[in-house]
Amino acid sequence: MKSRYLPVAATGALFLFLLLAGAWQFPGFASPRVLLNLLTDNAFLAIAALGMTFVILSGGIDLSVGSVMALSSVLFALLVENYGWHPLEVIPFVLAVSAVFGALMGALIHVYRLQPFIVTLAGMFFARGLATILSEQSIPIEDPFVDAVNNFGFYLFDRAWLSSAAILLVVVFAFGLWLAHFTRLGSYIYALGGNATSAALLGVPVGLTTIRIYALSSCLAALSGIVYSFYTASGYALSGLGLELDAIAAVVIGGTLLSGGYGFVLGTVAGVMTMGLIQTWISFHGSLNSWWTRIFIGGLVLGFIIIQQRITAGIKKR
Amino acid sequence: MRLMGLTDNKLALPLLALAVILLTNLVLSPEFFHLQLKDGRLYGSLIDILNRSAPVALLAIGMSIVIATGGIDLSVGAVIAISGAVCANLLNSSVDSLTLVILAGMCAGLVAGAVNGSLVSIFGIQPIVATLVLMVAGRGIAQLINDGQIVTFNNDAFSFIGVGSIFGLPTPIIIVFVVFLLAQLLVRLSALGLFIESIGCNPKASAYAGLHVRSIKFTAYCFSGLCAAVAGMIVSADIQGADANNAGLWLELDAILAVVLGGASLAGGRFSIPLTLIGVLIIQTMTTTIIMSGVDPKYNLLVKSIIIIAVLLLQSPVLRAQMGGLLVRAKTGGEARP
Repeated sequence: MKSRYLPVAATGALFLFLLLAGAWQFPGFASPRVLLNLLTDNAFLAIAALGMTFVILSGGIDLSVGSVMALSSVLFALLVENYGWHPLEVIPFVLAVSAVFGALMGALIHVYRLQPFIVTLAGMFFARGLATILSEQSIPIEDPFVDAVNNFGFYLFDRAWLSSAAILLVVVFAFGLWLAHFTRLGSYIYALGGNATSAALLGVPVGLTTIRIYALSSCLAALSGIVYSFYTASGYALSGLGLELDAIAAVVIGGTLLSGGYGFVLGTVAGVMTMGLIQTWISFHGSLNSWWTRIFIGGLVLGFIIIQQRITAGIKKR
Repeated sequence: MRLMGLTDNKLALPLLALAVILLTNLVLSPEFFHLQLKDGRLYGSLIDILNRSAPVALLAIGMSIVIATGGIDLSVGAVIAISGAVCANLLNSSVDSLTLVILAGMCAGLVAGAVNGSLVSIFGIQPIVATLVLMVAGRGIAQLINDGQIVTFNNDAFSFIGVGSIFGLPTPIIIVFVVFLLAQLLVRLSALGLFIESIGCNPKASAYAGLHVRSIKFTAYCFSGLCAAVAGMIVSADIQGADANNAGLWLELDAILAVVLGGASLAGGRFSIPLTLIGVLIIQTMTTTIIMSGVDPKYNLLVKSIIIIAVLLLQSPVLRAQMGGLLVRAKTGGEARP
């Protein structure tokens, strides 16, 4: 197996290990029902983490993801509840607004050569501030379309419920896979992450690609916010606090290198699922307190970056 | 100016920004600069700003050293929670000696910094991820120490750190001043500052020149952890308790912001602790101005983000070149020099 697949393979192996360990310990742990619930409960994180994957692959970082998610969820709830828009009208609008927001951040990063960390940090404050200004209270959503979507789904074997969120997750990741491996933009993203100077010399349109990457990330963060609004049937300005960190953790656990250029979209899926599985394991256990989740995830991230570092050292030696 | 660590023109922009914000405050509230001496203690808006910015100031001092080596420390907020938890629990136990409690808190910070430092310097892991680990796991650890509760204590001697006053000024301000003085003297009167800047600019060249890159980076993270521990003690002394979830929440971002506002680059290299402290004051004064202007606090974050972008843009050489180009064209009537 090529060494660059090793981190992702390691994640996959870890996921299987956790699954089997849990199944051995608790009956019903590895049931299709639990696994599909895993997809539904973590759909919003997975979508945001997909956007983050592309940004990190290009060598950047996006700290505004959680705040854009909150902003889009508040915007969605506001427009549907207080202004009577139909959800299908709101969704493209919110996605477009967030894409513009992301494009602006990308433009600032490229044109003025500012560092992504700080620009997206300012973007985080901006989006969170805007969300708080729009509505400080949580806005409950009572809309027939939202209820219909929430109730939509299929019963698969053994009482396993495939929800609309899980279906959307699969669709979005199929899109992500296509974008990363079958489009020119995907190859530009990988090139930029590998070495920005070489990429520019090779003819990659660095500025345009940067703008598109951050626009994509904000767009997916907004989609994540919409999914979250459906999931909780409300819009709240303080949701998604720390989502960007969870997304980064998922991407790192998924085997993508933070320096850029190496990594796979499927790795992020595995990363999100692993984090969700740990939480499921803790809730099955019942007597472990919630803060152990944080410690476990911190430990996992640590383990993975050490593995990654060994592999990078190995790759560089060749 | 040599003692400041940076040349004159770098001082101009942050000082100007701070001056603008202070003057805005003066316009909004004429008694802004008014100081009052009551019961041997100074009171006033300026004292308030200095007092409230103490934890971030301490974090920022440690952060500027770490950033100067080319790294970053995201875990300082979690270390505040950990050191607060350690101190609170010790104060509630049978330990009598205040010195021991304070030393234990500082040790907690040093250990956290050592963990970060070894991950970065020995394992060679990227600082963002290495410190992200402790940022995520750290609050879990603090919760573990607190057993999930918000631990409160009743100890006047320890609380003095947060609410007492020395020479008329609140204790936190004195603590920040002492730490600043120690750090600045250590960094500028010895070659350490030069070494740190060199490592940040070019680690390989520094190693070839004979610098102990690993040890210096390790020490930088230990120092950052120590500063965070002291900040954690101020925070917990202030509320006479330890809240693992909320203590120091998001303060690391403010610290990083302060370093950048002070003109340092996140890529490492030249740094200046005085400028970083001006950055801290800018952030705190900005927050105070918004409160004083009577504008709803919900606009706080939005205004903060706009000011950050404005300062960043003004610092950007690309913008300066663009503006400079405009000025030249205006002067020579259409002939821009290359």
